[in-house]
Amino acid sequence: MVTIFGVEVSLQPIWLTLEVAAWTTVILLLIGTPLAWWMARMQSASKIVLEALVALPLVLPPTVLGFYLLIIFNPNGYVTEFLRFFGYEGQLTFSKTGLIVGSVFYSLPFAVQPLMHAFEAVPQKLLDAAATMRANVLDRFFTIVLPLSQRGFLVAATLTFAHTVGEFGVVLMLGGNIPGETRMVSIDIFDHVESLEYDQAHVLSAMMLIFSLLVLMLVYGINRRFGVKVG
Amino acid sequence: MTTLSGNLYLKLGNFALNSGYFELPLEGVTVLFGRSGSGKSTLLRAISGLDKHTEGELYFGDVCWQNGRQALPTQKRHIGFVFQDAALFPHMTVRQNLMYAVKRLPKSVQPADFAEIVSRVGIADKLDRGVNFLSGGEKQRVAIARALLTRPDILCMDEPLSALDWRSKAEMLTLIEDIVSAYQIPVLYITHAPAEVERLANQIVFMANGQIERIETLQESLSRIDSPLFDDEGAVSVLQGIPLSVEHGLRPIQMGANTLWLSDLTELKKSSVRVRVLAKDVSLALSDPQQLSIINHLSATVLAILPEQNHRVLVRLELADGQKLFSAITEHSAQRLQLANGMKLFALIKSVALAE
Repeated sequence: MVTIFGVEVSLQPIWLTLEVAAWTTVILLLIGTPLAWWMARMQSASKIVLEALVALPLVLPPTVLGFYLLIIFNPNGYVTEFLRFFGYEGQLTFSKTGLIVGSVFYSLPFAVQPLMHAFEAVPQKLLDAAATMRANVLDRFFTIVLPLSQRGFLVAATLTFAHTVGEFGVVLMLGGNIPGETRMVSIDIFDHVESLEYDQAHVLSAMMLIFSLLVLMLVYGINRRFGVKVG
Repeated sequence: MTTLSGNLYLKLGNFALNSGYFELPLEGVTVLFGRSGSGKSTLLRAISGLDKHTEGELYFGDVCWQNGRQALPTQKRHIGFVFQDAALFPHMTVRQNLMYAVKRLPKSVQPADFAEIVSRVGIADKLDRGVNFLSGGEKQRVAIARALLTRPDILCMDEPLSALDWRSKAEMLTLIEDIVSAYQIPVLYITHAPAEVERLANQIVFMANGQIERIETLQESLSRIDSPLFDDEGAVSVLQGIPLSVEHGLRPIQMGANTLWLSDLTELKKSSVRVRVLAKDVSLALSDPQQLSIINHLSATVLAILPEQNHRVLVRLELADGQKLFSAITEHSAQRLQLANGMKLFALIKSVALAE
């Protein structure tokens, strides 16, 4: 508990939110990079299907996504059984791990789309030139693609992190409201309002507002200076 | 002599490359010639292994580069490639671009002489510049240096001059000639400009509709009246000779017993030059006229008289040293001179130019 402007606020939901967002960002950059690379170089018509699937969380109500994840992560369901087989003891519903997995789905387009656009902007002939200089696939990726899509990575990381911080529906459906485990800032604000604790809600909301504004300014700043396409 | 032989197939949307069996001698400059859309670039990419949908077979000497769908990856083929617009890495300086090639040389390959290549190509003073601050010609020079530094067994050039202005073009042609003779690397060169072919080619691969139509030497190709190398200027002959030092303000070019006089006095470092003569600039005379402003009179023998459209004929001549020359005259003139095969006469050349 800390006191801000004379209001007692628990910082635990803030730390949890940052932790979940950080993990989500790391995981999404790791799996989003090969996925975005694959999609950027894809020429077949099935690319449309993949693009639509990746963009789905943008248009789907988060509660729908959360609902399906809740069903899939059912403690007696196949996914949990499958994880048990590999020695995973916990459960995915109403847990931090589950929240992170859910956030990965929820924020997928925010990582994959900027990366894909950045990868698409790398001219094929540079990779061809590198190949004629005896650079293999991984060498080409690390020496040509990565440096030329730095800004794409910066935008992807920032947007993923910020979007995860702001999620509500998925958390509500999948995580519930367990202090220290699944109570994120957005849920916390909802709770305060429900219990008519407007002062706490005000402080937390103002913090979120400022945070979001700063993040967006950062992203548009990167965009303006380097011209990266987003969304 | 090693050859590059094979038969390649590659389908790209509506276009299909279907080369047919080919065997290219790996010596001097081999030009891939054809209209845009004829499949020149596709063939070169297929040869380089840059398109993974390539099928067929390809052998570099005894080394298999392609067998069915199985292909040796580009990075193992020892190919140097100069792209149309240089394809320099924009996030690196000139030096870093060059070192990218040097750093990846296999241990078994002796590195090239960096300083020598850089100065020959003319970029020694630009090594620490960012590549975005170079002119088109400078970029292409860096691309050539970079390709040479990979110590290639074969150098592929895909229309390397097409993005340049005429002055840079002329300089680059001189540079490419210089490189071919200095390093003795076989070159595969794509162009659709006959003038470049006449200047550089040893042999020509003619392409149309995704197929190789024929492979022949420059001289063979220039001896056909329907040669695809003849554009709106009509038939062209290319004569080879030895440049001598300037006399009377003219440059003599020795060709056996004949001497051609050029008004072009640019410095020539080469021991042999190619001279381009348009058939329409060659007139014929039965005796050697002395009182005439035209200075180039070459004794010649009529090999063939070939009728063309609009009452014109193309006369194929053999010069004293065996080189062939075309003359385009009217049917009326041919009758008046009573031209016949085997006849000895004089070819008067109104204008000659070094192949540009």
